[in-house]
Amino acid sequence: MQPVLEALNVRKTYGEHVALNDVSLEIPDRSIYGLLGPNGAGKTSLIRIITQITGADAGEIRIRGEKLAPRHIAEIGYLPEERGLYKKMKVGEQLLYLARLKGLSRTDATQRIKAWVQRFDLTPWVEKNVEDLSKGMQQKVQFIATVLHEPSIIILDEPFSGFDPINANLIKDEILALRDKGATIILATHRMESVEEMCDNIALINRSRKVLDGPVSTVKDTFRTQTYSVEGKGRLMVVHPDFEVLEHHERENGHFHDIIRLHAGATPNDLLRYLIGNVEVQAFRELIPSINEIFIRRVRETMPETLVEEVPVA
Amino acid sequence: MPSNFWLIAQREYLTRVKKRSFLIMTLLVPLIVAAFGFFIVKIATSDNDTQDVVQVLDMSGQNLGARLISTKQMQFKPVQGPLETVKKDYLKSEDDGLLYLPAGLSLEAPRGVQLYAKGNVSIRKQQAVENALDKLFSEDKMRASGLSQEKLDALKTNIDVASINLDETGKEKNSNALATSGIAYALAILIYLFIFMYGVQIMRGVGEEKSSRIMEVMLSSVKPFDLMMGKIVGIAGVGLTQFLLWGILSLGATTAVTALFADKLAATAKTEAAANPSGTERAANVMGGAKVASADATAAPDPAAAVSERFSVFKALRGLPLGKIVFGFLVYFLGGYLLYGALFGAIGAAVDDQTDTQQFMFPITMPLLLSYLIGLSVILRNPDGPVAFWMSMIPFTSPVAMVIRLPFGVPVWQLALSIVLLIAGFIFTVWIAARIYRVGVLMYGKKVTYKELSKWLFYKG
Repeated sequence: MQPVLEALNVRKTYGEHVALNDVSLEIPDRSIYGLLGPNGAGKTSLIRIITQITGADAGEIRIRGEKLAPRHIAEIGYLPEERGLYKKMKVGEQLLYLARLKGLSRTDATQRIKAWVQRFDLTPWVEKNVEDLSKGMQQKVQFIATVLHEPSIIILDEPFSGFDPINANLIKDEILALRDKGATIILATHRMESVEEMCDNIALINRSRKVLDGPVSTVKDTFRTQTYSVEGKGRLMVVHPDFEVLEHHERENGHFHDIIRLHAGATPNDLLRYLIGNVEVQAFRELIPSINEIFIRRVRETMPETLVEEVPVA
Repeated sequence: MPSNFWLIAQREYLTRVKKRSFLIMTLLVPLIVAAFGFFIVKIATSDNDTQDVVQVLDMSGQNLGARLISTKQMQFKPVQGPLETVKKDYLKSEDDGLLYLPAGLSLEAPRGVQLYAKGNVSIRKQQAVENALDKLFSEDKMRASGLSQEKLDALKTNIDVASINLDETGKEKNSNALATSGIAYALAILIYLFIFMYGVQIMRGVGEEKSSRIMEVMLSSVKPFDLMMGKIVGIAGVGLTQFLLWGILSLGATTAVTALFADKLAATAKTEAAANPSGTERAANVMGGAKVASADATAAPDPAAAVSERFSVFKALRGLPLGKIVFGFLVYFLGGYLLYGALFGAIGAAVDDQTDTQQFMFPITMPLLLSYLIGLSVILRNPDGPVAFWMSMIPFTSPVAMVIRLPFGVPVWQLALSIVLLIAGFIFTVWIAARIYRVGVLMYGKKVTYKELSKWLFYKG
């Protein structure tokens, strides 16, 4: 299937600073795509090129195979990390204004605003100025403004920041619903648990380069370390040709909890067979790295040691 | 998307026009203008009402005091007695001065004349007394030189200088240097204020968009150029609307005020030194006359004529190239506003903090301020001189400089050239501003310098 959005060798510089270096991506249609990377990695630069706020110095962006053009503006909805609305404008007027700038007619926009405002319990606030709303409500207004024109590509930069857990869930459900209705969502975030929960594919950008991308399951597969968590009762042999015990924790009544890594060539079944023969197995689970761990490991690999401290961890 | 440009301009216009402060400003300014007009008219009329009474103690023995001619402004009242008693009597009286002509005052050596007054003597009063004495003395001297009374009468002249403005087509117009200068002055102040006020509004507007961080949302929908120009045009609309409303309201208010005084002015004109209406009567006039004021002015031809005669300013107004002035004012108002507005917008885009705007404001306000200051001194004095010419050609100074020249008459070719240069000028500043704007609106937390700004001009889209 043709990807809905492709980036081909995109490069962007600001004076001396290289913001994006030869970045290529393929974003499949009707999916949630996680765009990950530490601050200053180049995520926002890439997003600004896709939203046509700036242009690339080299390379190109394609939407369904077509070169990015001004007509695509109406197809894209963008929620920037830095939220902002006209503070002295009424909620309703503001939504109408932003929708009309995206090419919606007044009647269409008015109808859709009504529906969305109801859905987010904002109806009593429509005639209020934005500055009179709580931060959470302002965020809701901003989210509505992003999706009001029913874009097929929705770019959300840290969509959950500024929401309490209840409203964050509400937004999450809306995002999933939009995906199910056929939209493609690009999620730029540091919140790794939401990436794992929601994303079908991810790309990791670090120091202006893409360092990793692919479907979440594939990415996780490549970062498997053949490590298992074992809980049981009895005495476990510490040296064995097939595996190596990384951690050993003694519990009361002869119980133990060990972290065991298989040596090359050995299978989990080999380990299980040994365990069954020697101890009473109570729990056996593969330790699959979380996206968070992959993120940190990958960033660390592509970054000088001194900068590692600054890597944000969700 | 040109439709987006209009949407933006519309929003900028409507949000400002709907503000309460706009309504207040719109109503307040004509009121101030009307109050000002009221004040001026009041001064003009009260000046004619008062007649200074000066007592004259003539000890010269030449019958000078009795021959002093009283005028509308000054009445001479002979008194008798020794100086000391007269002085004491004068202090008790309500008269405005005491003129002492000492004994031995001769035509050859007219010294020792003294004017006593309660408090300081105004120059005007002193001059009136001096003029009256001068006239008397020169008459006596001429008679002493052997001229007969007939000759003397024949020599008397009364010159009334009427200045006439001769234009290229050879038509003659009534001109009044004071009125022309007044108009030039007013136009210059208006243009200066408008460019400044609305330019700063653009700057603030851009700054608000930047600090409220809506810029990125906006730019994902519209081009930066549309956003900037939409704002500039929208605010221009606000300025024009306000200007139009001010014009209409001020005209209405001043007409009402002058009409209010029409009967009063006529009365004084007719019966010259007749009774002065007391303060309360005048106040009653003001209160009651408001409604019937305009009716009064048109219904009674006599008072109206009297007013226009007294205010020969109105006659002079008719002699000015009004069409050219109105056209020129609008062109230079819009052109100057666009030229400076774009630059103000660029400042708003370049800086994060409104307090940082100062260093960039200075070079922009300099030419504006300079054209205003030089305009009201050098150009007003010599509206056709080289300074006036060059300043009305340079786009940064022409909006103010040219409107000062307009009432005095400007050759068409100069006006045309100046307008072409102004248009070229604002295309240039809009181009520069757009480039700074484009980069600046998304630049946060960076200390902006001139060097940095010049780099922005050459960034690729």
